[in-house]
Amino acid sequence: MNRAAIVGIGHSKFGKRMDVSINELAWEAVKPALDDSGLSQNDIEFHAVGNLGFWSEELLPAVTVGEYCGFNSGSMKTEAACASGSAALKVAYDSIISGNTKIAMAIGVEKMYNSPNPTVIELIGRAGNYFWEFENFGLTFPGYYALYATRYLNEYNASEYDLCLASIKAHHYGSLNPNAQFQKEISYEDCINSKYIAWPLKLYDSSPITDGAAAVILASDKVAKKITDTPIYIDAQGYATGSANLSRREDFTGLNASKRAAEMAYKRAGIDDPKKSFDLFEVHDCFTIAEVMAYEDLGLAKKGKGVQLLREGQTYHDGKFPTNSDGGLKAKGHPIGATGISMAVEIAKQLRNEAEKGRQVKVSKGRALSHNVGGTGHYAYVTIFSRSD
Amino acid sequence: MDEIFFDKRALELKYQMPLGKISEFFKGLENGKIMASKCVDCNEIYFPPQANCPNCIKSKIEWVELSSDAILETYTIINVKPTSFLKYPDYVVVIGKLKEGVKVLSWLEIDDFKKIRIGMKMKLKVVKREENYYTYEFYPAE
Ligand SMILES: [Zn+2]
Repeated sequence: MNRAAIVGIGHSKFGKRMDVSINELAWEAVKPALDDSGLSQNDIEFHAVGNLGFWSEELLPAVTVGEYCGFNSGSMKTEAACASGSAALKVAYDSIISGNTKIAMAIGVEKMYNSPNPTVIELIGRAGNYFWEFENFGLTFPGYYALYATRYLNEYNASEYDLCLASIKAHHYGSLNPNAQFQKEISYEDCINSKYIAWPLKLYDSSPITDGAAAVILASDKVAKKITDTPIYIDAQGYATGSANLSRREDFTGLNASKRAAEMAYKRAGIDDPKKSFDLFEVHDCFTIAEVMAYEDLGLAKKGKGVQLLREGQTYHDGKFPTNSDGGLKAKGHPIGATGISMAVEIAKQLRNEAEKGRQVKVSKGRALSHNVGGTGHYAYVTIFSRSD
Repeated sequence: MDEIFFDKRALELKYQMPLGKISEFFKGLENGKIMASKCVDCNEIYFPPQANCPNCIKSKIEWVELSSDAILETYTIINVKPTSFLKYPDYVVVIGKLKEGVKVLSWLEIDDFKKIRIGMKMKLKVVKREENYYTYEFYPAE
């Protein structure tokens, strides 16, 4: 098996991007990734595009983006809901480690503002077990996570105030990330007084609707070393699928798929103690409660103790478990199919010590992890990255 | 200012969902019963019902009526609603666990949201929606 390394990264500005089309937005990530690697389009042997779509007009973004950016490679679009980007990464990674390609690209792009907000809310709410959840009971995406939040807060004596700590942290790092959708700090009051969208979750517990693109170029070990002095290796990926209908979940205090994906990734990468192994965690905080559950599902905190990490500030960039130093989905934004690739870009940037002032983590272990969830624990991808050979 | 082209081609999406293999479920609703499918070979009960049993990879199912007694496991109140539900006032979505061990996700019909709590007893009943079709909802039972 070959090793695969990230040799080029690119990231667009996230936000409401009605100044560009989906192809132009992808270009904003693809072009810098090519520049970063020094490669040209003809070097790319395969490209996968993470995209959920529906809200934007192009049904075949792997084709339209590929042509617009000048690729001659084979391609496909990947769908794993909000983890579609990590699924694209998996396709590129697998193609390298299998020896099928030497250089491949994973792109994530989403154009959510091409449809009106209520339509987007409706479409995301349908991502579950359609007839048995949406058709009859009108679930929304916040609604699904709220079912987890209610049970978690009740079971572990945590409060809406605790959840706000995650939001405040996210906005702090968003303010330091030039690519983030939200670039201002928020106060406790801003969060706790924001209106309910799906009780007990409020507007400030929720990631926004976002347009954005991100891209990474992967190369096999030998090729990577010729291209760059700072290859960022992908050591392992773990993945799992959860039940479609939430009524088939065992409990509502953690995501079973996340746990299984993490176990697989740890085993494959030879990680014995996740608490001692990583400089940075990029976790899927589509809602504040999701970040708390991620701490526990990844093994950083015992069941019910995830909120304690927030209370102690242990997940700030200078804490014990630096998490989402880029603002996370909450403040950086959550362009569905781009999120998984955006996590990979942030990790590469951090492990190369290239992050902006005030949010660069201390790189001592040389390893970082991304945790990308699709839907409400429907899909889970955990990817482990390292900068050493 | 951003130049935006407003699509002249509108698309209306209304799916036609084949539910014939579980038609007993819908017949049950019309008779006031909430049915689950049960595998004759391994006794696994499925709700939502399904025609095939992935547990033993067989497809011989029978229909069983679910008890209506449930305990509330978790809930939310949908404050910001999808477009197709805008005509409804804020609604409560709960997951309840029935005596048989299966869980059901549905609305809880309750006037005072403050009275909702995890662990409360509920009854699952067939209801007719204003769109003129049958479905099921929980009601408080305490
Ligand atoms: Zn069976």
